[in-house]
Amino acid sequence: MDFTKGSDAGSPESTAGTKQRPPEIKAIPVRHPGRWVTVVLLGVLAAMAIHALIFSRVKRGNSTDGRFQWDIVGNYFLTHVVFQGLLVTLELTVIAMAVGVVGGILLAIMRLSDNPILSTVSWGYLWFFRGTPVLVQLYFWYNISYLFPPVLNNFKTLSIGIPFGPEFVHFNPNSLITPFVAASIGLGLNEAAYMAEIVRAGLLSVDYGQTEAAQSLGMPRALIMRRIVLPQAMRVIIPPTGNETISMLKTSALASAITVGELLESVSNIYARTYQTIPLLIVASIWYLIVTSILMVGQYYVERYYARGRVRELPPTPFQRLKAMLITHQTLPAARVAIDDTVVLNIANRDGTL
Amino acid sequence: MSTPMVLAENVHKRFGNVEVLTGVDLTVQPGEVMVIIGPSGSGKTTFLRCINHLEKINSGRLAVDGELVGYRERGDKLYELRDSDVCRKRAEIGMVFQHFNLFPHMTTLQNIIEAPVRVKKMSRADATAIARDLLHKVGLGEMGERYPSQLSGGQKQRVAIARALAMQPKLMLFDEPTSALDPELVGEVLDVMKQLARDGMTMVVVTHEIGFAREVGDKLVFMDGGVVVEAGHPREVITNPQHERTKAFLSKVL
Repeated sequence: MDFTKGSDAGSPESTAGTKQRPPEIKAIPVRHPGRWVTVVLLGVLAAMAIHALIFSRVKRGNSTDGRFQWDIVGNYFLTHVVFQGLLVTLELTVIAMAVGVVGGILLAIMRLSDNPILSTVSWGYLWFFRGTPVLVQLYFWYNISYLFPPVLNNFKTLSIGIPFGPEFVHFNPNSLITPFVAASIGLGLNEAAYMAEIVRAGLLSVDYGQTEAAQSLGMPRALIMRRIVLPQAMRVIIPPTGNETISMLKTSALASAITVGELLESVSNIYARTYQTIPLLIVASIWYLIVTSILMVGQYYVERYYARGRVRELPPTPFQRLKAMLITHQTLPAARVAIDDTVVLNIANRDGTL
Repeated sequence: MSTPMVLAENVHKRFGNVEVLTGVDLTVQPGEVMVIIGPSGSGKTTFLRCINHLEKINSGRLAVDGELVGYRERGDKLYELRDSDVCRKRAEIGMVFQHFNLFPHMTTLQNIIEAPVRVKKMSRADATAIARDLLHKVGLGEMGERYPSQLSGGQKQRVAIARALAMQPKLMLFDEPTSALDPELVGEVLDVMKQLARDGMTMVVVTHEIGFAREVGDKLVFMDGGVVVEAGHPREVITNPQHERTKAFLSKVL
């Protein structure tokens, strides 16, 4: 009960001398019955899912077949049509993101500029493109010839020239703005608005002392932006941009609404014919998952690249960790100390109980 | 008498409604080391930043090497300088900051050669040779491939000095270069600055290091309330301050 007395009792004399190390504490660990309950529940759910996914069969018309028709998924997974669609999806993603990133950087720099006209224009752009659904924007680009209709004998009605004055170059809107071009423009311009905010946040995250140091060296504004501020802002810009890229990969499916033959459109063309809707949607989903996974790995390495100079030593990649782990299991247990904490932690988790 | 390196006549500067400089008169001769001391908020850092146009002055005249800072005078009219002209003038003035402001995404060597290569259009090989030479001079010959995050504060500040020197400036500005350093690291930075002073560099140093002022300063300036309260030879100002405010300040820092 009396804490102070207890601690006072032996301490002044005994701390000075050599003291026996007391035996290791052996206590009965706290039980976690809740964990076992959740394990059982999840096990049951997993069994149900496996049953539904693989083993259960249903009667469709005159025949019975697997609920998810994996054989059909397999049949279409590597077909030319699906690859064609995947290719268009990838093209759309790359072009739209390129437009988005370049446009976003320009808009962000405009927004932060001292010139009030530039910053207002940038604000207005954001207001418009973030304020309208991207699907509606896609429909607008798709129907551009409604605004600039080709007239009889004069198919070239989209023109570049002096406003209200002479026109120099003429285009036929229907041949210039194909569905693919409409989708690229629509997705790209919309993306630019979102990227602008991401880039702006990145630029603002760089300490102003960096700009001043560069100014004091006589560097002009554009050079400071390109060589000093942007590279440092990238550390902040990259993670959400990876996010946006992954998001764009899936948003590009909206282009199917304006007849672009991307992944979703290709599989839906098939199931419109064969009525095998779900298996073909699974085909598309698996491909989206595969590409997303690849993008995530890419993002990891790009982030690592821009982290250089920020941390004293870069943390090991998962691949390097795996290698470290394999090596430690082969050599003496003492080698564990040499590798980084996370690996040790992983090993400890594996050795430990649930 | 030759053209003064820095000539300030009745310089005023305000931020919003706050008057920071209220009539600064100063002259720095070529080859001279001027040390500015004063309590915080006295305007000494602001004055330093005005010299390379990081801040615009509101009234008075400020000239570096005979040319107005930030303006061109024709007749009795002042014309604002274009961005490129401001940059050209800044390139001739080196500046060292309290918080180093090294570029963290570049190695030490890249930090130093960046401006000579991009601004002066020096060849990369020449710039690298100069940079290695400068790194040796500041005692960091082996640190060229390190990133700033791998250096101590004192090493960072020495790199920052080398970076400024790589532009071969005619004037060096130091803004409290040792204030962010651990006490045992101050000496190594001051040693580099002393060597620089002995080599004849024109320097304006804002600092709290009275010892440095006494040892290498040609002129000690005490600022308070946005004006120069007292200026003179360091030993005289330190041992025999004339003004009450100078006495009060020195009694606290000595």
